[in-house]
Amino acid sequence: MTPFSFTRATDPDEALRLFAGNASYLGGGTNLVDLMRETIARPERLVDVTALSDTIEETADGGLLIGAAVRNTALAEHLGVRTRYPMLSRAILAGASAQIRNMATVGGNLLQRTRCLYFYDSEGSRCNKRAPGSGCDAIEGFNRNHAILGASPACVATHPSDMCVALAALDATVHLATAGGARTLPFTALHRLPGEHPEIDTVLEPGELITAIELPPLSVAANSTYRKVRDRASYAFALVSVAAAMEIEGGRIGDVRIALGGVAHKPWRATKAEAALRGRPATEAVFRDAALAELADATRLSDNSFKVELVTRTVAAVLADLAGAAA
Amino acid sequence: MPVIINGSAATLPSDPRVSLLDFLREGLQLSGTKKGCNQGACGACTVLVDGERVLSCLALAVQFDGRQVTTIEGLSDDAGLHPLQQAFIEHDGFQCGYCTPGQICSAIGMAAEAKRGLPSHVSADLTAGVTLTREELQERMSGNLCRCGAHNGIIDAIRETVAAEMAP
Repeated sequence: MTPFSFTRATDPDEALRLFAGNASYLGGGTNLVDLMRETIARPERLVDVTALSDTIEETADGGLLIGAAVRNTALAEHLGVRTRYPMLSRAILAGASAQIRNMATVGGNLLQRTRCLYFYDSEGSRCNKRAPGSGCDAIEGFNRNHAILGASPACVATHPSDMCVALAALDATVHLATAGGARTLPFTALHRLPGEHPEIDTVLEPGELITAIELPPLSVAANSTYRKVRDRASYAFALVSVAAAMEIEGGRIGDVRIALGGVAHKPWRATKAEAALRGRPATEAVFRDAALAELADATRLSDNSFKVELVTRTVAAVLADLAGAAA
Repeated sequence: MPVIINGSAATLPSDPRVSLLDFLREGLQLSGTKKGCNQGACGACTVLVDGERVLSCLALAVQFDGRQVTTIEGLSDDAGLHPLQQAFIEHDGFQCGYCTPGQICSAIGMAAEAKRGLPSHVSADLTAGVTLTREELQERMSGNLCRCGAHNGIIDAIRETVAAEMAP
């Protein structure tokens, strides 16, 4: 680890004041401390923001406002999340291990970096995300875990979060604090596709601080779930994952929300699949066709073409479960 | 503010780079907590902070002032081993023993989570309360790897002790 100074903020204004130069905000540290130990992240100044809001409050319109310092376990455990947004509890509980969920904050989860092994291999591999312009060794390398949607010739890494897949499906809003004041951002606009600048993960300005995540009231979310497909039964990142919510009205699909994990540089909201489902009968053929509509532009690398069929089957299976639960 | 380790106050290191794990092992000579992967993948460094299980290798010690940390050294006393330690011996819950302190601290934190009703990835119902079946224990303990392969004995030891306390 390269040397750094450590300070602790007690409110957003103080955090913004303490953030200067080559600084990073520190939450639970479960990703950042590891990146610093590998010298992939080399901040000169850490601002601990775990003393900021860690409460989950009901909003006036019937949603939830989740402080950025809420631990992952606390969010998954919250009774309102379990009953009104079960996909979010399930996504969090499918991620990492219990110890890591006890440490990791909501804000930090959003800003974790890819687990592409070439990104981590600072001594042996080229990586445009770690060292801009150096090249990408994943594209011609071992790319079984890599992206099939929205990738670029510069980067095929995937976003590793489970929680973020649910937040994308739930139309969450991100609350931000900046020196110029507060602003909000649709969750799906927070993360970027790699394009020519994969070193930039989000649209946040330097020093901009995530203060909270807001969930809107969303009746469809009560019938929702999250399914993660991975190489072992627990404690592994997703090959693909699906967060979905669906209502059935008179035998036809009403409101429906779908997001995909493990397939892109960002949590992938499947708007094409949703459009292909609304108003249609809830049958397996319709489910499969909707998934294929989303995957029409999928690109395949040497080792990850299986993901196209895996996403299709997982979407169909999840929607069949939700249709059964809605019947 | 000092950190409280197994009931005793300790002064945190001045270098913020020191992990909670290295502080315990190198700073306080509490070598019961083990350094396995040092990257959050194995669970050997698990300790309890204010009763919750965390990975001390991914934690910067400076973040823990005023907190209560319990390590494997804090579980037994003059009266003898913690019941879970005894159960690990009786069920062959280890071979080399390197993952054992983390397994035991993790199991104690896990039992507290289950008692307050926290569901897991394999819970069919998110609100129905927790029954610590073998499948539930395997999922809830998946953050602690045992490369000797003593997992079955580990689960048996946990079922007989901390999980049995929860049986209806």
